[in-house]
Amino acid sequence: MNEQNMNPAAVQPDQAAAPAKPKRPKSKSQLMAGALLDKAYNDTMEARARGEKIGWATSLFPQEIAETLGLHIVYPENHGAAIAAKKLAAPFLEYAEAHDCNNDLCSYAKIDIAYADIFDCSPASNMAKPDFLLIGNNGCNEITKWFEVIGRKLEIPTFMIDFTYNHMPYVTDSRVQYIKAQIEQVIEALSAFTGTTWDPDRFAEIMRVSTENRNLWEQVADYLELQPSPLSGFDLFNYMGPMVFTRGRRETGDVMRQLIAEIEEHIKNGTSTFPAKEEFRVFWEGIACWPYLSHNLKTLKKYGINVCATAYARAWSLDYTPGDIESLARAYAFTSSNNILLEESVRRRKEWNTKFHIDGTIYHVNRACKVMVCQQQELMRQVSEACSGLPYMSFDGDQADFRNFSEAQFETRIEAFAELMRKHKEERRNG
Amino acid sequence: MANLQEKLQYLKEVAGNPGKQLAQYLRQGRQVIGTFPYYTPEVLADAAGIVPMGMWGAQTEISQARKYLVAFACPIMQSCMELGLNGTYHGVKAVMIPSMCDTLRCVTQDFKLGVRDIACIPFTYPQNRKIPAAAAYLKAEFTQVKERIEEIYQVAIEEEAVQKSIAVYNEHNVQMRRFAKLANDHLDVVTPIVRHEVFKSAWFMTKAEHLEIMKEINDSLETLPAHIFAGKKVILTGITAEPEGLLQILEDQNLAVAGDDLAQEMRQYRTDIPEGDDGIGRLAGQWMNRTDPMAHDDEIKRLELLGNLLKDNDAQALIVCLMKFCDPEEYEFVAYNKYIKSLGYPVLSIDIDQQPGAYDQARTRIQTLAEML
Repeated sequence: MNEQNMNPAAVQPDQAAAPAKPKRPKSKSQLMAGALLDKAYNDTMEARARGEKIGWATSLFPQEIAETLGLHIVYPENHGAAIAAKKLAAPFLEYAEAHDCNNDLCSYAKIDIAYADIFDCSPASNMAKPDFLLIGNNGCNEITKWFEVIGRKLEIPTFMIDFTYNHMPYVTDSRVQYIKAQIEQVIEALSAFTGTTWDPDRFAEIMRVSTENRNLWEQVADYLELQPSPLSGFDLFNYMGPMVFTRGRRETGDVMRQLIAEIEEHIKNGTSTFPAKEEFRVFWEGIACWPYLSHNLKTLKKYGINVCATAYARAWSLDYTPGDIESLARAYAFTSSNNILLEESVRRRKEWNTKFHIDGTIYHVNRACKVMVCQQQELMRQVSEACSGLPYMSFDGDQADFRNFSEAQFETRIEAFAELMRKHKEERRNG
Repeated sequence: MANLQEKLQYLKEVAGNPGKQLAQYLRQGRQVIGTFPYYTPEVLADAAGIVPMGMWGAQTEISQARKYLVAFACPIMQSCMELGLNGTYHGVKAVMIPSMCDTLRCVTQDFKLGVRDIACIPFTYPQNRKIPAAAAYLKAEFTQVKERIEEIYQVAIEEEAVQKSIAVYNEHNVQMRRFAKLANDHLDVVTPIVRHEVFKSAWFMTKAEHLEIMKEINDSLETLPAHIFAGKKVILTGITAEPEGLLQILEDQNLAVAGDDLAQEMRQYRTDIPEGDDGIGRLAGQWMNRTDPMAHDDEIKRLELLGNLLKDNDAQALIVCLMKFCDPEEYEFVAYNKYIKSLGYPVLSIDIDQQPGAYDQARTRIQTLAEML
């Protein structure tokens, strides 16, 4: 049992919060991203109503396969994040825990397992009931078991691609051949199950579109190099929906281009979407704490801390050669920090910390995600050491379970961390 | 009977003193390799004359391991890290760690970087076992393990020796299954604690040594008249049923263990290494054939497996030894709890922790189960 879960005083954040201030109007790109996501949910509902088979997929399953087959897919991890961000998670978490789910399980999984009975999370977007499941374990092993639970509950088939954890500093050839064979097998089985036809030319085209969108996404993230940054790094979390859901569609490119135009406008005007003077630039390690996203941003803003780099958002920046299944296999196997050896994680962070002029790292000790936190302490030490004693801090949180986060702890630690970064910067300035 | 008791007493001492076993092997000039939970290709080490020893943690205070693992990490992994960091594993040259779950993925890294005096040999099992490419991949992975063992221990692992070792492991499987069956006719002798000690001792001896003792124990059990057990019988499922304090509660309530689906116990022995000419291919084939919660399984054969264990062994209840923070087991519980109850068996889930004195609540719940039965 998790002690924090047992806290009877734990309440939904909105029950305890002061009256909210009027929100900043959303930018055109934000509205476009939201509309694209709403459309993806609606299209899936309509497809099912027409009698087409629709699926649920893990967020790092190669979307290129379903997109090529013209299948409509939704993503339970994003759905769980949206439910949590809209502060609608409580009844789902309680329902799951009352139906054999241990408190210890991933909060996204608990929300989804409950949703697979309830099928209503309004006012958030609903996911249509799936006819099949697509599993990729490159994010974690746990998701395999989670989707098995859903598959059995709804009596629907699963199609799996096992991406095999990489303990070597590269994806071995034996892995590539195994993953490639699975991709080919999934293509055949999924086509047969859904009555769709595989078109290799369309597959290559989807990979091209996905690569274009990936490059635009990289361009957006790279604007964070500028000092001060023209955007708040937390903004990236708002655009992850399209990058996960519709990475293979041209409309996603439209959203990214609009976002780039807005950033360029900020650069021209000397303004930023970061709503304060940028004093410190930090690397955010781990998934966002969705139920407290605005609280986190507000607290960071108070000290002028802008999140200028994150490994999480970059996991969907998949670099491969369009038309080449082996390069797709390598890219999906090696993209997530959760599927690679620690030395590679450290190498990437060292590179990003330099590129984005990072002053310190904030580590989210995510109660929902063992694969992210069970090597995190060594990661903290090694990254700091590799980056000349770069300061770091950690806080206890959870990607979707509001009960596992303390606003007071976060605020206190951020205050102390700002001071630590200030001293470190001074020391560096003074040689 | 005296000989039987002597053998059981010997295995009890082995199970309770892995450190002593390690020291003894080292004194004999043997080399030792650690095997992390819960399947490793230990045959490869055995074939080179290296003694594989299981690493299942211990009831120990966690202090240095806190620098690597969060408090909500698997208790076995916390104590394995602690024992690695505090020098208890000194003398073990290398450990094999399968990245079978999310925590184990990370522990391959924590151990490698934290415990500098012991080499770490990580490897990854394929999850998607439906296609032949999975076996080919696993052969490559095991070949990498073999090469690392050869490099670290300065040995050559010969095909003929691997085949011989496989024969011993398969024969040992047969004897362990025979023991599990015979034990049910002698529940006065093979109490829950004795049963556990017999299984646990196998982790700290060469399989050849354990095999010889098991043959003698089984032969002795066979000659004894069957005992009519007056208490109730249960089946255990999970990773481990430790420490012994938990099993003592079962004995106090006159509950016998009539079968198990524990990773530390019968999961190891129910699937033989298949026939074939290529040793590494045979080891890969064993993983392909296993029914195990650590592998992707659409059909969840565990439902049938647990149902059969209860029925075939005339057991009255299922006790789930749920290792704290073990997510694969926690998800599987969602799948089988309802099913086993629908068959008419009570299911009692107990949290398993390696910390001392963690069983006060379990005592009350097991007592209630015994009264209900």
